[in-house]
Amino acid sequence: MMKQYDAIVIGAGHNGLCNAAYLAKAGLDVLVLERNPHIGGASVSRELYPGWTYSNCSYVCSLLRPEISRDLELPKHGLQVVPYHGGVTFTQDGDYFGNYPDEERQLREMARHSPRDASAHQRFEVDVMKQTRLIRQFLLKTPPDPTSFKPRELKGLLELAAAFTELGEEGLLDTLRFWTLSIGDFLDEYFETDVIKAHMSGSGIIGTALGVYSPGTAYVLLHHYMGEVDGSVGAWGFARGGMGAVANALASSFLAHGGEILCAADVRRIIVEKGRAVGVALANGDEHRAGIVVSNLDPKRTFLQCFDAGDLPAEVRTRAKNFKIRGSSGKLNIALDGLPTFPALPKHSPLVLADMHFSDSLARLERAYDDWKAGTWSQDPYLDMLIPSTVDPTMAPPGKHMMTVFVQYCPPTLASGPWTPEARAAFGQTVIDQIAQYSPDFKSLILDCEVRTPKELEDEVGLTEGNIFQGELTFDQLLFNRPFPGYAQYRGPLPGLYLCGSGTHPGGGVMAAPGANAAREILRDLRRPNTVPPGYPND
Amino acid sequence: MKPHDETLLLDTPFAAGVRRACQLQDWGHWKGYATPNAYEDVEQEYFALRNAAGVFDLSPMTKYRIGGPDAGAFLNRLLTRDVGKIGPGRVGYCVWCDDAGMVLDDGTLFHLSEGDYRLCAQERCLDWLHWSALGFDVDIQDETAAVAALAVQGPTSCAALRALGLDGMQDLKPFALRSFAFDGGELLASRTGFTGDLGYELWTAPDHAQALWDALFKAGRDYLIRPIGMAALDLARIEAGFIQAGEDFVPADQVLRPGRGRSPFELGLDWLVDFGKGPFTGRSALLRERQRGSRFRFVKLDVQGDKPAADSFILNKSGKVVGHVTSAAWCPSAKRNLALASLQMPWGRPDDALYAEIYYSRELHWTRLKARCKVIEGPLWDPPRRRQTPAPDF
Repeated sequence: MMKQYDAIVIGAGHNGLCNAAYLAKAGLDVLVLERNPHIGGASVSRELYPGWTYSNCSYVCSLLRPEISRDLELPKHGLQVVPYHGGVTFTQDGDYFGNYPDEERQLREMARHSPRDASAHQRFEVDVMKQTRLIRQFLLKTPPDPTSFKPRELKGLLELAAAFTELGEEGLLDTLRFWTLSIGDFLDEYFETDVIKAHMSGSGIIGTALGVYSPGTAYVLLHHYMGEVDGSVGAWGFARGGMGAVANALASSFLAHGGEILCAADVRRIIVEKGRAVGVALANGDEHRAGIVVSNLDPKRTFLQCFDAGDLPAEVRTRAKNFKIRGSSGKLNIALDGLPTFPALPKHSPLVLADMHFSDSLARLERAYDDWKAGTWSQDPYLDMLIPSTVDPTMAPPGKHMMTVFVQYCPPTLASGPWTPEARAAFGQTVIDQIAQYSPDFKSLILDCEVRTPKELEDEVGLTEGNIFQGELTFDQLLFNRPFPGYAQYRGPLPGLYLCGSGTHPGGGVMAAPGANAAREILRDLRRPNTVPPGYPND
Repeated sequence: MKPHDETLLLDTPFAAGVRRACQLQDWGHWKGYATPNAYEDVEQEYFALRNAAGVFDLSPMTKYRIGGPDAGAFLNRLLTRDVGKIGPGRVGYCVWCDDAGMVLDDGTLFHLSEGDYRLCAQERCLDWLHWSALGFDVDIQDETAAVAALAVQGPTSCAALRALGLDGMQDLKPFALRSFAFDGGELLASRTGFTGDLGYELWTAPDHAQALWDALFKAGRDYLIRPIGMAALDLARIEAGFIQAGEDFVPADQVLRPGRGRSPFELGLDWLVDFGKGPFTGRSALLRERQRGSRFRFVKLDVQGDKPAADSFILNKSGKVVGHVTSAAWCPSAKRNLALASLQMPWGRPDDALYAEIYYSRELHWTRLKARCKVIEGPLWDPPRRRQTPAPDF
């Protein structure tokens, strides 16, 4: 007799594991199935070159909800997040803009480029923080259904309305503008210096197949400002041991609550019987049965690849087909024989501990996007480059370094056809050449380089088109529209079927909030006591 | 490409003298500059301000130079008071608001010569000045680092400055300016300050700073002059009832949460708002507030007992929280336990029964006190010498 689980979670990414942990904490018998031989999804660290740890997808941590981290005792299960500070954008004339962690030093550095921009920065920070305060209170909440008159939905809508009303008339109008504005237009309202605008704009396009002047990218910036490290809102940190530490700690917490994880278990199909999701069939022919099935996969993959076509309503398949999940980014993970030098920086500058970029104007960034639209990788790409081994001693042997380079833009398929190993190598070379322009000894220090295009992200992690957020973070796909109208409360179109990935509210970025929110809804349906903590008050 | 600056904390032009004098090594930060909290002894520094003369290095204060054909018109649009009444050679205390009538900052406007102004501010506001200047033909420069400044405050301040060679100092009227030759350059003196007492502020180019420091302390020795840090100055300004941005109100452009800003009326600065002068930023909102009433009242409270009421809630007779203290200190000269407080309307009327909830510790034994508060009308520290011209010698 085959074992019947209470719940099966497909995918051992951080959201799948978080969801599973909360279900197990509620006393459910939960099985997590992972296609890869290792867990983690896009929150993974692997030793792909002996002695070096690569966080080969996500690479920095801020959005992980502190309520979850504390509640699931992730520190006890091995998670430590060490904040890093600052950033730098190198300019083509041999100068740079340093985003120093110290407020006064940053102000002076801004004033070096423009005294007016230095003064405007405070207004920028306050305006972004106002929007951040608005959205943060909804991260650990299920989006209300705006079409329903049920008391619970009305209460949720009232909370939403109250939050917006609190902003006042002017604040509300600012918010509506902010959510639909491009990051370029938004920054133009504050700053006059190209390099400062370029530096600030990066957060508006990361992981998004839009340009700096595309409407909606201002919100993407907000998405990168709404996290925190130890209450410092907007701060980012390194997960010690790489981002795999997040998934590993969630897995450990899940196992401690009696859960079960099966790796190398490739789910091919969600089994539907009498209109209800009842289990899964694996590629190897095995079947597992459960009262409910939770998919950590993106909505497109879940609905278009994991079901027999006849099992789902046509509307859902149409919506899934139209779901925007375009891949826009690639990644280089590099083992270095030593710390590269950047002659533009003063010796011992703290800016090597920061995120580094080489795009010094919005015009260059917009052109980088033009390449993507034309079906090729950016010839002059935007890089978000960090050397975690300057902060985390576990990433590389002493004196050696590990570099993570997020690259935008990189299309899921090329105009000339599918990705080939040669094209991938050429993409990697484009990135390496750009870095080498600012660091003459960089190339000679490379011991190993893993190049990942959206194709690798899709093939290895399962993210459709290699979109890192499991679907673009544009207004049409946020809140009660995420992933699409009618399905924003984590429930699928069939009884027993749920979604828990970043394709649901509040989206991607290694938050674990979608997984937790989905668990709360599942436990509600099962009439089990809720184990998911409420968000901290937004005071 | 301007040169890089990786300095974490800047020195003011007076640093050589300041560092030599700062024996406690008790350093604070002020707008990115190393600033002593205290040099030797806070109490003695405070009493220098009230009994002799204290010297405070105020070089880090934000200073903007505003000139051009429309400078006067621009400033009249920016500030709530009538700038036309601040003639050349005069200084005016002022506030400026956003369009919602909420105070962005307070400061002093120096009318250096016809159409040439210096605006001294606690907060940086270059961005706001530029936006406000759209359509005005003005030139706005941040001259914070280009002007070295010392405050010389206290009863012997005038005598000390005369000993320095600033002849005729005694005839300078309050809020007046005068230029002197010094060290081969110019030294500008204004009868202004942040202590509520007789006092002056000296302004010069950084090149002359060291000479000024040395000469001033040499000339002032017989007048018991001494350098004072932030702690003594803060005590004196609380005693004088002066508000400070970031302490007693949140500058409107830094407010995240709706409703946390304050209007000039809500800070007791009604006298700075001139509805008769024509349009200025915040005017309509302030007129509305004048008609409909304010949300808060800013008061000085005389708190029973001698425990400072820092950060205290203010309660009414039935124990309801009606406000909070923004600054508080036992005032050594006025001999009062003063609290500056922001109260919800209508509280803060002369006869209201109000209480400060004070927590204090004696050897880790904590006591909660409900101290009766009395609203103080008028200034608490206002010696006649503050306004006398000619200024007395002590």
